[in-house]
Amino acid sequence: MPALIETRHLSRVDSVGHTTLLAPTDFALHAGERLTIVGPSGSGKSVFLRALALLDPPDSGELRWLAEPVGAQQIPRYRTHVSYLAQRPAMVDGTVADNLKLPFTLKAFQPRRFDADLASRLLDQAGKPASFLDKAVADLSGGEAQIVALVRVLQLAPHVILFDEPTAALDPQSAAAVEHLVLNWAEPERALVWVTHDRDQARRIGNRHMTMDQGVLQP
Amino acid sequence: MNYQSLSYLDLAIASALILVNGVLSVLLRLQLERQLLLAGIRTVVQLLAIGYVLGWVFQHAQWYVVLPLMCGMTLIAGFSASGRGERHYRGLLVDSVVSVWLSSWLVTAIGLLVILRVRPWYEPQYAIPILGMILGNTLTAVSLGMERMTRELAAQRGQVEMILSLGGTRWEAARSAAAQAVRAGMLPTLNQMTVVGIVSLPGMMTGQILAGQSPDEAVRYQIVIMFLIAASSALGTVCAVLLTFGRLFSPAHQFLAHRLVARR
Repeated sequence: MPALIETRHLSRVDSVGHTTLLAPTDFALHAGERLTIVGPSGSGKSVFLRALALLDPPDSGELRWLAEPVGAQQIPRYRTHVSYLAQRPAMVDGTVADNLKLPFTLKAFQPRRFDADLASRLLDQAGKPASFLDKAVADLSGGEAQIVALVRVLQLAPHVILFDEPTAALDPQSAAAVEHLVLNWAEPERALVWVTHDRDQARRIGNRHMTMDQGVLQP
Repeated sequence: MNYQSLSYLDLAIASALILVNGVLSVLLRLQLERQLLLAGIRTVVQLLAIGYVLGWVFQHAQWYVVLPLMCGMTLIAGFSASGRGERHYRGLLVDSVVSVWLSSWLVTAIGLLVILRVRPWYEPQYAIPILGMILGNTLTAVSLGMERMTRELAAQRGQVEMILSLGGTRWEAARSAAAQAVRAGMLPTLNQMTVVGIVSLPGMMTGQILAGQSPDEAVRYQIVIMFLIAASSALGTVCAVLLTFGRLFSPAHQFLAHRLVARR
């Protein structure tokens, strides 16, 4: 079984100062892995995660999905398999339901349709009632917005989710709800990468652990 | 019909009206006196200069005289359109000039060759004022469009990357900002079209009437000009927004936010 994601000498350099953000990195993520990466601020954790999501152009190296290079035109399709969840959730104006329906307006998800039952079940796992769907985004707390952002991704059933410190700014209750949702989603054929400062959380979430320091990923 | 010729004394009396602005600036402590003085001087000097240039061009009505003047006007409009907004990116000046140039020359060509059927096409009496009016409005539209596009993309970076992360294409990620930018670029012309003839009497129409042209003929010209301006503004804005989009999004569906830098 090939690795889900594999990188070969993937690196990033700061476009202004020419400092190394991510040293050339060989890495593989296999199905069933729940990888956590810890490291100090500015060590390159987010840079690495964004590189895996192909959100930033690498300066060298390549990334493979199921042993195949990902061409420029295949990147939107790749991102339907490999989702990236930012620390600060981005919402569009409207209700929670409007935000959960958003992915289905994208070409990559045609002809799939929004499944309100699935969304309600996922929200229920996070302790939110069905009426939460009608709540205005402007009235959401930071923790609630992150739960919505997570449910927006989970309903799409990606193979891999890249979590960029998703609970760093959340209250303990919301953080627990996010962890609960993620662990329920994690199945043997799926994988995740979770970046955090919190070593206790890393132990709870992960079954494989790595560290990042000065742009270098280490076991 | 004759029109009232203006002497330099008449111009001096009109120029003295800037004192109204000056007095207001002093009374309200606006500290605009210096700018008002400079603006007043520039108005007189620039218009007198273009008057002499146009007089010379009209006397030498050849394509090799008219064309460089049209190119110069277009370049200045393109440069002016690029100078607005809090953020810029490498290539913005080129995008601005290209947008202004393509849209205004295409629409001017339609106006001169298809609608007015001017022969020869470079007849300065038509070519220069029509291009000038189109340029003046197109540069505003392009400038507003680029300014709104860069502002929205910078402000909505989280949303743009969220859509990309979910599998959206670069166009799907930029669409909201692009739509707002095109709207911003087109609105001034739309507003102008809504009130023209009711609230405002356009300069060209007024000028033609003052010069002795019949109001009916002047209005016909103005209608043509308004639609030419509307078309050029829309084309210029769309062109500018698409060029900005191409600069700030890679073919690999990545938002190159680092290319957007604050203007010094």
